[in-house]
Amino acid sequence: MHPSDLRNAIRNAGVVGLGGAVFPSAVKMNLSGHCERLDHLILNGAECEPWMTCDDLIMRERAEEIVAGIHILAHLLNPQEVLIGIEDDKPEAIAAMRAACAGTGYAVRPVPTRYPSGGAKQLTKLLTNKEAPFKGRSTDIGVQCFNVATAYTLHRAVNCGEPVISRIVTVTGHVARPQNIDALLGTAFADLIAQCGGYLDGVERLIMGGPMMGFAMHTDAMPVTKATNCILAAGLGELTPELPVMPCTRCGDCVDVCPANLLPQQLYWHARAKEFDKAQDYHLFSCIECGCCSYVCPSHIPLVQYYRYAKNEIWAQEKEKQRAELARQRHQARMERLEREKQEREAKLRQKAPARPEPAIAGPEAGKPPIEAAIARARPRSETAVAESGERNG
Amino acid sequence: MAMRFKTVTSPFVLLDTSVGLVMRRVLYAMLPGIAALAWFFGWGVLVNLVIATIMALAAEAALLAARGKPLALYLGDYSAVVTAWLLAVSLPPLAPWWLTTLGILFAIVVAKHLYGGLGYNPFNPAMVGYVVLLVSFPREMSTWLIPHGIDQAHAMTLLETLQAIFSGVLPARFAPDALTGATSLDILRTKLGLGLTVTEVRNSPVFGIVAGHGWEWAALGFLVGGLWLVYIRAAAWQIPSGMLGGLAVIATVFYLIDPQHYAPPWFHLWSGAAIYGAFFIATDPVTASATPRGRLIYGVGIGILVYIIRAFGGYPDGVAFAVLLMNIAAPTIDLYTRPRVFGERRA
Repeated sequence: MHPSDLRNAIRNAGVVGLGGAVFPSAVKMNLSGHCERLDHLILNGAECEPWMTCDDLIMRERAEEIVAGIHILAHLLNPQEVLIGIEDDKPEAIAAMRAACAGTGYAVRPVPTRYPSGGAKQLTKLLTNKEAPFKGRSTDIGVQCFNVATAYTLHRAVNCGEPVISRIVTVTGHVARPQNIDALLGTAFADLIAQCGGYLDGVERLIMGGPMMGFAMHTDAMPVTKATNCILAAGLGELTPELPVMPCTRCGDCVDVCPANLLPQQLYWHARAKEFDKAQDYHLFSCIECGCCSYVCPSHIPLVQYYRYAKNEIWAQEKEKQRAELARQRHQARMERLEREKQEREAKLRQKAPARPEPAIAGPEAGKPPIEAAIARARPRSETAVAESGERNG
Repeated sequence: MAMRFKTVTSPFVLLDTSVGLVMRRVLYAMLPGIAALAWFFGWGVLVNLVIATIMALAAEAALLAARGKPLALYLGDYSAVVTAWLLAVSLPPLAPWWLTTLGILFAIVVAKHLYGGLGYNPFNPAMVGYVVLLVSFPREMSTWLIPHGIDQAHAMTLLETLQAIFSGVLPARFAPDALTGATSLDILRTKLGLGLTVTEVRNSPVFGIVAGHGWEWAALGFLVGGLWLVYIRAAAWQIPSGMLGGLAVIATVFYLIDPQHYAPPWFHLWSGAAIYGAFFIATDPVTASATPRGRLIYGVGIGILVYIIRAFGGYPDGVAFAVLLMNIAAPTIDLYTRPRVFGERRA
């Protein structure tokens, strides 16, 4: 099969990154323009966040299928090395993946269980010591990263012809029987909760995703999407109650924990003051919103919320700028069109003109080019006009 | 019927920490040093602490109320108590009550709240209060007690101490100059100015094993507490290391040039407010540099300034001035010491 046809098939099967970003995988399998050949193909088996176990379980139970999916990725991307990063608190998954990878040359590499090592950039750094350029793509450094669950769906799509219609969802927290469920997309959260024996008492919040980066849902009538890696029915015990926010004391705890080496407190000042240019100077867009800064903040400032706000404002401003630019271009195009049409009309008139007799030949301007002749004709009139206006002003 | 839940933004779990916890830890860390000071200088140290704490809390409460801030929340952050203790420890043990009160009022009202309160003050409030007192009342501020152990007769009772602090009357059983005397840094400064050598000056009884008698034990106490603060990451390690490192390097250079006119580096490190300032004053995060490299530079700057003021300036010790001067420089330092962002090319 031609790589392009294979990528089309993968796209049509709806294969996307199941780590949570749901980026279309077929796009990431096309290296053209970024690098000739991949140095490292990385399989992300380091769970995104605490509480989640969906990647752990799929590696334990479907290791063979994941490896079959990796074969397809390796076929398309032709990497020099395939690395499978798994957090070291998942010994069963590491063992299962090692067994499945035997004889393939794929290397299973345990990584320290330290949030956010499941982030693609962080895992790449851990495994290869390479940092993706902050204004570029990971392929610029010869690395591409896929989630293990994505590799599984790739295998299903290519080898079994099954598009992505389900995914593994971790249902945990205050439910009777926390477990991982292979759920069809579109299943309501409420049905999955019911499958797990229903809520226990004291559920305060329903979170899609993990405790650090997830989204709090206002209702359990939400459907499972490809991004639903976890449903966390959080009770009071698991959550930090809302705490009063104190002023920033610049203690720098956020600087120490930021995995992107940012200065969160400076970003906060500028985001709060709506100085978005300065926030961008401090590399606002390198923020991966992992939540570590908010987690450690002694003043309980919802830092990530400020960064999201600033990012959204900047995007909105840029959209506005683009709209204005588009309007300007449209206006310019219209003016040019009107001008063009006018000239075309005049050209047509001029074409018709020779049919009329030329009265000027006998006049005093005879022999002069037509434009100068016209100026000469107009001069006496404009002079009188100036004289008249002079009188009126005087 | 679908369940309904509250929506807030992530993260949903937070570390069990707070400004109040951090500030309380600073207070705990000061205890060994305060204990040593109280042992060598008597009840006055503790009386000063009590006066300062009460005044600071009162001023803080009044200003918070005036600014319409929630009292319980902000009084519970202990920042006013930390300011009070930092200033009180710097004051002479028999400082009159109005001196302590004035310093605290200036620190809390002017240096802190007029600039916007917690987190917004550009200058270290305790040091602003200290410098105001030092410049305005030089005599009261340099009247230090002779430390315990040099002269047993100086030991005052709590009652006598209270009387001295509140009415200014020293107990009649002591000769007027038997109680108070100059500090080791003071003596070093005056005697060197008179043309004596460091070795000659060192024979004075106010000198102990490495530095001032009594003082060196207080410094040890503050070192222990300070190291604990750094260990639990309540203070940034870069600032004390930078400050003490900078002070040690410049003191060594001058000591090697002329050991008879410049005190040895270990004397400078253990004297005056060097260690106390390095771990407790300079590490105030609000007024310090906030980047990792910037903190090192900030610390080194303070260390060098302390030495320059001590050796060539008009005051025996210079920690307060050095800290305030570097406070001004902190925003600029921050601007030029931004860390390399993840994925940014190494310069």
